[in-house]
Amino acid sequence: MKFSSDDLTALYLTLELAATVTLILLLLGAPLAWWLARTQSWFKGPIGAVVALPLVLPPTVLGFYLLLAMGPNGPIGQVTQSIGIGTLAFTYPGLVFASVLYSLPFVVQPLQNAFEAIGDRPLEVAATLGAGKLKRFFFVGVPMAKPGFFTAAVLGFAHTVGEFGVVLMIGGNIPGETRVVSVQVYDHVEALAYGQAHQLALFLVLFSFAVLLLVYGIQRNSYRMLFRLNS
Amino acid sequence: MNSAANQISAKLNYSFLENNQRKFQLDIDLDLPSKGITAVFGESGSGKTTLLRCLAGLEKGARGVLRVKGEVWQNERFTMPTHLRKVGYVFQEASLFPHLNVRENIKFGLRRITGDKNKTRYRQVVEQMGLKKFLDNHPNELSGGERQRVAIARALVVEPSVLLMDEPLVALDANRKREILPYLESLHETSELPIIYVTHSIDEVARLADYMVVMREGRAVGQGILSDVLEDTSSPVFLGEDMGVVIEAKVVERDSHWNLVRAEFDSGHLWVRDTGDKFGKKIRVRILARDISLALTNHSDTSIINRLRARVVSINDHTDPAMLLVNLALGNTIVIARISKRSASQLKIESGIEVWAQIKGVAILR
Repeated sequence: MKFSSDDLTALYLTLELAATVTLILLLLGAPLAWWLARTQSWFKGPIGAVVALPLVLPPTVLGFYLLLAMGPNGPIGQVTQSIGIGTLAFTYPGLVFASVLYSLPFVVQPLQNAFEAIGDRPLEVAATLGAGKLKRFFFVGVPMAKPGFFTAAVLGFAHTVGEFGVVLMIGGNIPGETRVVSVQVYDHVEALAYGQAHQLALFLVLFSFAVLLLVYGIQRNSYRMLFRLNS
Repeated sequence: MNSAANQISAKLNYSFLENNQRKFQLDIDLDLPSKGITAVFGESGSGKTTLLRCLAGLEKGARGVLRVKGEVWQNERFTMPTHLRKVGYVFQEASLFPHLNVRENIKFGLRRITGDKNKTRYRQVVEQMGLKKFLDNHPNELSGGERQRVAIARALVVEPSVLLMDEPLVALDANRKREILPYLESLHETSELPIIYVTHSIDEVARLADYMVVMREGRAVGQGILSDVLEDTSSPVFLGEDMGVVIEAKVVERDSHWNLVRAEFDSGHLWVRDTGDKFGKKIRVRILARDISLALTNHSDTSIINRLRARVVSINDHTDPAMLLVNLALGNTIVIARISKRSASQLKIESGIEVWAQIKGVAILR
């Protein structure tokens, strides 16, 4: 397999984007998932639904509204302009922001499931041993949800690699800035360069397969571990 | 500090919907001693566990006043969160952290403080619960009894003001129970730590408790020193076949020929089976009401060894219409006999008369 330099730039950009987004998502998603898993608040339902929205919305819809919001007259655009960084549309930071929203459910839901599986008891034990809210999260919640973190990271990363519609709507097609692999494949096809499209596409297929294989392997192990602990 | 300030005093009220249907109300007013084991006894669903959870601050809806050894844990304006209460809690299932080994589990509560005092404390607790050889094991490699010992060590190491135990033996089989009871007894003997011990087993109460609270439908329907509660036949403590009293005695004489020892208590003595206890050893024995029969004269032509002079204090109804419960005073010690109404009538048993109590069985509890 031999990639052109444009292809390599797109690949590199994609990996950088996915890594950044995954990191941000784990940092934001963990507290959010923890809250969703533990709260009995009335807001649990609505917030959970908002988090899950990107699962059902066409990416173009999400991209369209983000484009409006990030524009010079949109609420996000107003904020970014007032702090002097211009507007986010068609920039790499804008792409990161959009991708975080787009991949949010893929990180929050596995984490929420993992946190819910812990149950109340270990946290009650920790409280009787003098652990406050933060300590319970860091010393009981996070380590006991370790398999969930792994799944969340892999899914968040893979899903960001795979996005297309949102990128096209708010990122456009700027080489080295917003042109990710999925867009590059699209460009090759448009130019009828099927050979080059094939190379990148096949690479993505193999990459995705490997990732999913890894996730399912780990999940089976973690189920087994849970089972053993309960017996 | 006066004794009241040392006590655990709880006036708590908590109502909630059980399984989202039946309203359950816990409404208690307790003054518990500041040392020794207090057994909270009652059938399942009587609110024992809920009481314990309220004491630990695990039930957010609980209202009232809770004072532990002079420290306010809860009043009308303030509720101290669980993690600030100096409480040790041992749950029914050991609930060890599965991601930590035994050492890390025990040290969990110590992670914020370091120092020589903690090291000593840690070593002492590991020693007392016999956990030295398990320190590197993970919880899933231990037996149920071993896991529960780790849970007890983990609760003890933070030096709580009170140790709450929620049926710690209920999930264990008979052998594991026998294995863990000596650890509880050693804890009882070596420390001043008050222990509130929830159980529905009268055997555990008789063996371990100094003080007893009887729960029914969310209320404490009886509380007091163990022997007082057990000998109160008019109280709502229904024990059926298990009705009986507990007596503290001391081994004073050995009859090695017949394998018996003489155990002396406040107002008499009993011959019991020799279980190898040394002279002076304090033992606790239990005499069931169904194992005491009454006679008007001292019969020597009977197989019953323990025949004691007693005075009838009171006669009470039994739930079985054919039977009566007779409270007998052996000096200062009260025992209960269960006899049939017909025998009582034939022998003309009434308050104040002197009888001979024939004690068929004496169980040595410890």
